[in-house]
Amino acid sequence: MTTYDDSGLAPSEREGLGRRLSTFFYRHPRVRLWTLLALPVGWLVLVYFGSLFVLLLSSFWDTDSFTSEVVHEFTLENFQRIFEQDVFRNVAWRTIQMAVFVTIADVVLAFPIAYFMARVASPRTRDILVVLILVPLWANYLVKAYAWRTILSEGGVINWALDPFGLHFDGLSTVGLWLVFTYLWLPFMILPIYAGLERIPTSFLEASADLGGRSFTTFARVILPLAFPAIVAGSIFTFCLTLGDYIAPGLITSEQFIGTVIYNIRGEALPTAAAFSLVPIAVVLVYLLVARRLGAFESL
Amino acid sequence: MVESRAMRILLRGGALLTLAFIYLPLFIIALYAFNRNVTQAWPIENYSTRWFSVAFHDPDVREALRNSLIAAVGATAIALILGTLASLAVSRYRFFGREVITFAVILPIALPGIVTGLALQATIIDVLGPLGIGFGLTTIIVGHATFCIVVIYNNAIARMRRTAGSLDEASADLGADNWQTFRHVMLPQMRTALLAGGLLAFALSFDEVIVTVFTSGAEQTLPIWIFATLARPDDQPIVNVVALFVIVVSIIPVYIATRLAGSSGLTAERPKRSTVAATLPEP
Repeated sequence: MTTYDDSGLAPSEREGLGRRLSTFFYRHPRVRLWTLLALPVGWLVLVYFGSLFVLLLSSFWDTDSFTSEVVHEFTLENFQRIFEQDVFRNVAWRTIQMAVFVTIADVVLAFPIAYFMARVASPRTRDILVVLILVPLWANYLVKAYAWRTILSEGGVINWALDPFGLHFDGLSTVGLWLVFTYLWLPFMILPIYAGLERIPTSFLEASADLGGRSFTTFARVILPLAFPAIVAGSIFTFCLTLGDYIAPGLITSEQFIGTVIYNIRGEALPTAAAFSLVPIAVVLVYLLVARRLGAFESL
Repeated sequence: MVESRAMRILLRGGALLTLAFIYLPLFIIALYAFNRNVTQAWPIENYSTRWFSVAFHDPDVREALRNSLIAAVGATAIALILGTLASLAVSRYRFFGREVITFAVILPIALPGIVTGLALQATIIDVLGPLGIGFGLTTIIVGHATFCIVVIYNNAIARMRRTAGSLDEASADLGADNWQTFRHVMLPQMRTALLAGGLLAFALSFDEVIVTVFTSGAEQTLPIWIFATLARPDDQPIVNVVALFVIVVSIIPVYIATRLAGSSGLTAERPKRSTVAATLPEP
């Protein structure tokens, strides 16, 4: 027999901090929600958004031209410098071009294998391929860039292979860097396109064929439009990752990119570096907005 | 089959070529680890394992490995707690600003690493410096944890979407308190997803170099050691060995994670099916 007192609760419910807390949380779902959120949101706001705010703030600070010390005085000089000096504009433009070319190369390379995985391979082969592509994606990025420097250099594999034909490839160049970036971000493009193609029902392709569409017509007017959001989703990675990279450019070429400039000047001119870092942030945000418009976020 | 035979053969060939493109550099760097000579010429003339023992006994490498392991374990632990909490809130509640939470969790990995790095560096110098906290392992861990949250979060939330909230309610109805429900009902369902997320977070932290350059100061993790040592041609053989080691160490947890989580999607489990397939019931 359970005995009840005035509260109408069973004795077991009256005791125990855990249960009382649970009852409290049950009655106050908002409090429970914010108890869950307090730590993660607190961390992100304090550590991450706080840091971004400090970065934004630093871009308005001055630098002592003799000591390179940051002077905490408000100035717009950093932004003036970035907009007026050709170097910054050229570097930004060159980086954006690189990001575009890398994205195009990755789409071209990724499509056949993604299509093969989605529509030709047996389920077993497909699963193996997903793992085979997923795993090197996580292999150390620095090591991959370094491997390419070895491969592309004078005594490396590529020139060894080209030598018998009397050819030579200056791998440590902008073209070489394009190849390296294309390599580094390729898995990021393959996986979304694969997922996108897998979602296209076979009946759509059959319908297109029944209506007289040849392979190319079916590809251009059925497959490509349906896979487009997935391609944009993949391009978020290829484009944004290229935009901010400083390690691969530093290893492969002496040509300057947004990342290398920020990296190189951060010691003597942190405020200018901070101001210049707002360029990739702005470009990435615009890119993300456009990508969302194109329906890419559902394909991520 | 809609694709013609010729088309399928072409696609198979293309797929094989792309795979070769992905794996060739990894094999080449693995081969270089066994190169006896200090010069990095190709083809490799003499093979040997001597550099493995040199690397193993290098005090800097050992110190860096120790730091890398501490940083990866610390960052993964913090990310596990924060990512799980956030995923519970977002998956079980509808509230104003829910999308903002998802966005905030993803942003640290979506913005260019150099931005995150520079922001953290500026903060360490300007805010933490005056408080007496300098660059070191702590700042490395804090930085890593921040962008590792998303991997845990993605894995956990994908799993939560598939599990029924009614189970939590049933548990509460049967008299369990919140902790008991979490411990005995939710955790068993989330376990493999959290393990997969944890392994990925470990690999992510263990490999990270872009942000770490800005937060590490004088401390070196293994990738930072590689980055710093690349400038010294005489030490290339050791770099090659460490490079191979780093690849293997990060590939193993990722491989296990893909097995655990169902091997699809970049960081999460199977991508959610939209368009036509959305009307079909989940298997």
